[in-house]
Amino acid sequence: MLKIVCSVAAVVVAAIALVISPARADEFTKEDLKKWDAAFQTVAKEGEKLFHSALGKNSVSCDMCHPHASNNHPETYPKFQKQLGKVVGLREMINWCIQNPLEGVPLALDDPRMYALEAYIYWERRGVKLAPGKH
Amino acid sequence: MTNGINRRTFLKGAGVLAASAALPVGLVEIAFGKGNESFTFAYISDSHITQINDTQFVRNFDRGLQKAVLEVNFMDPQPDFVIFGGDLAQLGKKAEIDHGLAMMKDLTVPVTWVIGEHDYYLDLGKYWQEKVSPLYYSFDHKGVHFVVLNSILTHDDWTHKRWPTPEERMRQMARLDNPEGSPFMVKDEQIAWLKGDLAKVKKDTPLVVLSHSPLYKVFKEWNFWTDDAEKVQALLKPFKKVQVLHGHVHQVLYNRIGNISFNAFMATAWPWPYPVSYSQLKNKVPDMTVFMNRADPFKERDGTGWGKIDLAAGPKVVHHYELWENSPRTVENNPKGNPADTKYQDPKMRIPSQEHY
Ligand SMILES: [Fe+2]
Ligand SMILES: [Fe+2]
Repeated sequence: MLKIVCSVAAVVVAAIALVISPARADEFTKEDLKKWDAAFQTVAKEGEKLFHSALGKNSVSCDMCHPHASNNHPETYPKFQKQLGKVVGLREMINWCIQNPLEGVPLALDDPRMYALEAYIYWERRGVKLAPGKH
Repeated sequence: MTNGINRRTFLKGAGVLAASAALPVGLVEIAFGKGNESFTFAYISDSHITQINDTQFVRNFDRGLQKAVLEVNFMDPQPDFVIFGGDLAQLGKKAEIDHGLAMMKDLTVPVTWVIGEHDYYLDLGKYWQEKVSPLYYSFDHKGVHFVVLNSILTHDDWTHKRWPTPEERMRQMARLDNPEGSPFMVKDEQIAWLKGDLAKVKKDTPLVVLSHSPLYKVFKEWNFWTDDAEKVQALLKPFKKVQVLHGHVHQVLYNRIGNISFNAFMATAWPWPYPVSYSQLKNKVPDMTVFMNRADPFKERDGTGWGKIDLAAGPKVVHHYELWENSPRTVENNPKGNPADTKYQDPKMRIPSQEHY
């Protein structure tokens, strides 16, 4: 009995949610798509800027070893990083580079700058087949 | 910089000597140099000495240059000279050039200097010419004619009109993947000089041409490229034996176009990826090059190093790549005349670390 009451309540709640939701799932336009893409590109552009600037203390920048963000292989992460002895994501490697060749302080894993760097690195690798774990 | 590494370099040098002594006489007869004048020189390039503030320089890059200098000094027998392939400095500053020169002064043999874009675009070679060397010149050594070119010039508008300050111009040229960049060129004035210089040289005299950028076209977007390379190649074409040696690409790279062999060497500062690793653009990386391993970033000197060139140990020229933290590589001309790795040219001989990400 209680079960039935609960599920009825759930259906009612869902119906109300549907009625007050501002738009249906298919109600977005080409303009919206443009806007969302522009939002991504803004972050990726910010990433490109960070990638080409001194993120550490010694004026060295990421692009000096990775022109066009090449030779990062983001499609292989997460993977077993043999030098760290465990499975890590691309963010751990970005931080490793900031700490070592760039002699800087690592970013928080949810730092907006981390998302920007990631956006730029993935953008420059677009179209390449995913290969998680590959060495 | 352990004693182990120095000893290994020394012993390897001794091994090469023993091997060349054991070569059949027939091979020695067609040596690159004339007659019995065999000789060896070393190649150090792309140290990118970087000033952080008044007294501080990037430690990693200082260490690379110091290590190369130390190992060349350990060569036994000593090379006739060292070629420096350009990009001594990072942003062309006097302090960077001075600091690099102070380290290079420890070499026990003379240096032949080639200018790179990182040495040039702050003051357009003014300090370099005062303190280091002319920008282009030629000389003869034991029957071989050497030509040094300044291959990193570009359009006058870009150099003189585009940027508000010399510092900004230098900063822009220092970015390898710069969409606002400009292609390298030798330019007509220097090409006319080269034509005059070569007119005095017999066509059977072996030529060694030294430039910073490759005198052929690999990948324009990173300036692994000389825009007027074909004009230079045309002047080299009538000569029987031509070897071009260059820096800039920070990697093992070799090619052959007609009578001209091209070999590039590693940087002492850091390695660059092959343009094939940028998936968004086409490249013309020569098929015959067996890539060096992707560097392990946790080993600071991996993928960097220096080179040694023997102009008599084999049928033509033998290039020894002293690839730090890796097995050394040797590239020499195969019977067809193409440069080939003596160990890894056959794909079956490759090891997993050569494919490794
Ligand atoms: Fe360089
Ligand atoms: Fe360069």
